[in-house]
Amino acid sequence: MSNFSTIMARLLEAFRLNGQLFILTLVFALPLGLIIAFGSMSRWKPLSLLTRTVVWIIRGTPLMLQIIVIFFAPGLLGWGSPWGAGASGRFSAATVAFVINYACYFSEIYRGGIQGVPKGQTEAGQVLGMTKSQIFFKVTLLQVVKRILPAMSNEIITLVKDTSLARIISNKEIIMMAHEYTAKGLIWPLFFTGVFFLVFVGALTLLFNALEKKLDYFRC
Amino acid sequence: MAILEVENIYKNFGETQVLKGISFSLEQGQALAIIGASGSGKTTLLRCLNFLERPDKGIIRVNGDVLFDAQDPSTQLEKEIRKKRLNFGLVFQSFHLFPQYTVLKNVTLASELLTKEQLKHQGRAALRAAYQDIEEQARMLLDQMGLLDKVNAYPHQLSGGQQQRVAIARALALHPKILCFDEPTSALDPELTGEVLRVIRGLAEKKTTMVIVTHEMAFARDVADHVIFMDDGVIVEEGRPEDLFSNPKEERTRQFLSRYSSSN
Repeated sequence: MSNFSTIMARLLEAFRLNGQLFILTLVFALPLGLIIAFGSMSRWKPLSLLTRTVVWIIRGTPLMLQIIVIFFAPGLLGWGSPWGAGASGRFSAATVAFVINYACYFSEIYRGGIQGVPKGQTEAGQVLGMTKSQIFFKVTLLQVVKRILPAMSNEIITLVKDTSLARIISNKEIIMMAHEYTAKGLIWPLFFTGVFFLVFVGALTLLFNALEKKLDYFRC
Repeated sequence: MAILEVENIYKNFGETQVLKGISFSLEQGQALAIIGASGSGKTTLLRCLNFLERPDKGIIRVNGDVLFDAQDPSTQLEKEIRKKRLNFGLVFQSFHLFPQYTVLKNVTLASELLTKEQLKHQGRAALRAAYQDIEEQARMLLDQMGLLDKVNAYPHQLSGGQQQRVAIARALALHPKILCFDEPTSALDPELTGEVLRVIRGLAEKKTTMVIVTHEMAFARDVADHVIFMDDGVIVEEGRPEDLFSNPKEERTRQFLSRYSSSN
């Protein structure tokens, strides 16, 4: 029994890394995604072409590859590694990779949401003398949020599980931790990692359902 | 003096010439009806007045001041266009109410935002008092529209006719000098057009200066002080409604009107 609780405690400890990576990715990728979305919708062709190319590359290659490249490439190319030695450096590298990757996915969701708001909404704001930013924040934004919520919750749930990819540069996240116990002949810790993910995703699902319900008071 | 003067407006979309030299003027307190087949340029003309489109050529004056001159870039600065738009109100064919706001908030939102900018350096008390005035006025407008019991409803809970009346109140809340209607009843079921037309008629009786693009010929004849018939981007004929409808001078006007009277 004490063996069980020790292992569970260590799994929980490892899952904190997954949780931290999840939260940091959201905090930075949600706003960055919006900026990228505006870039890809820009009427200035070079900018929209550039952003769309970056989004294509990031979405078109595996996240695992991106993590490896971001961690190793600077050092191997002789620029000196910005990550430093040790666990915190590896975690920073993983975070940067996740933020870039998810920002690109989010940007496409934003773009669809923004372009889905009827042009009449903007025009109604214009003829009422609103500025562009007033129109965006007071008229368009909430409609965009409502439109993108289902796609966003999907993507964010995927992010929870993707955090495990951070192990590829030796970040000790929960699956890596459980995996080490197989060497000692224990398989159950591996199964238990699934429980952690299920609980976390279950809580997120409840949260998103509540949000969707909250925005149910209007139709657009 | 005319409140609105439009001089020789041209507008192209790519290769297509939509407006080919439109000129007219409108006196304070008058209602102008613009009629014509779909694609004749009526809506584009309204959108030019509201700076949703920029004419390629031509001048727009309000009370004698040049609001827009295609030749003069200093009349086209983005910041000023925003202010200039407030000379006009526009009621859209498909309402375009803001779905996330109540009826009352739809009417007050733009005024509140403007007031907030103007009172930037004054205290919260001043702002609160101003907001109270805005809300009171909005309630009065909604009362006029027969919607006082709907102030807390959301747009999707209203019928099309009710939504359009909210849209009219929303446009009036900013006290435009000239109120424009872009086919205000074309998106409505026939049984709902009456309530909207009644409201517009009421505005005409109160001498609201209006430009009304419409397919409702009986209504135009009844309410307008002046009628313009457009076809293919030009004004074919204009005059007092009783003259234009009973005694059109141009062959094209005659054809258009007979098509309408036979289809209705």
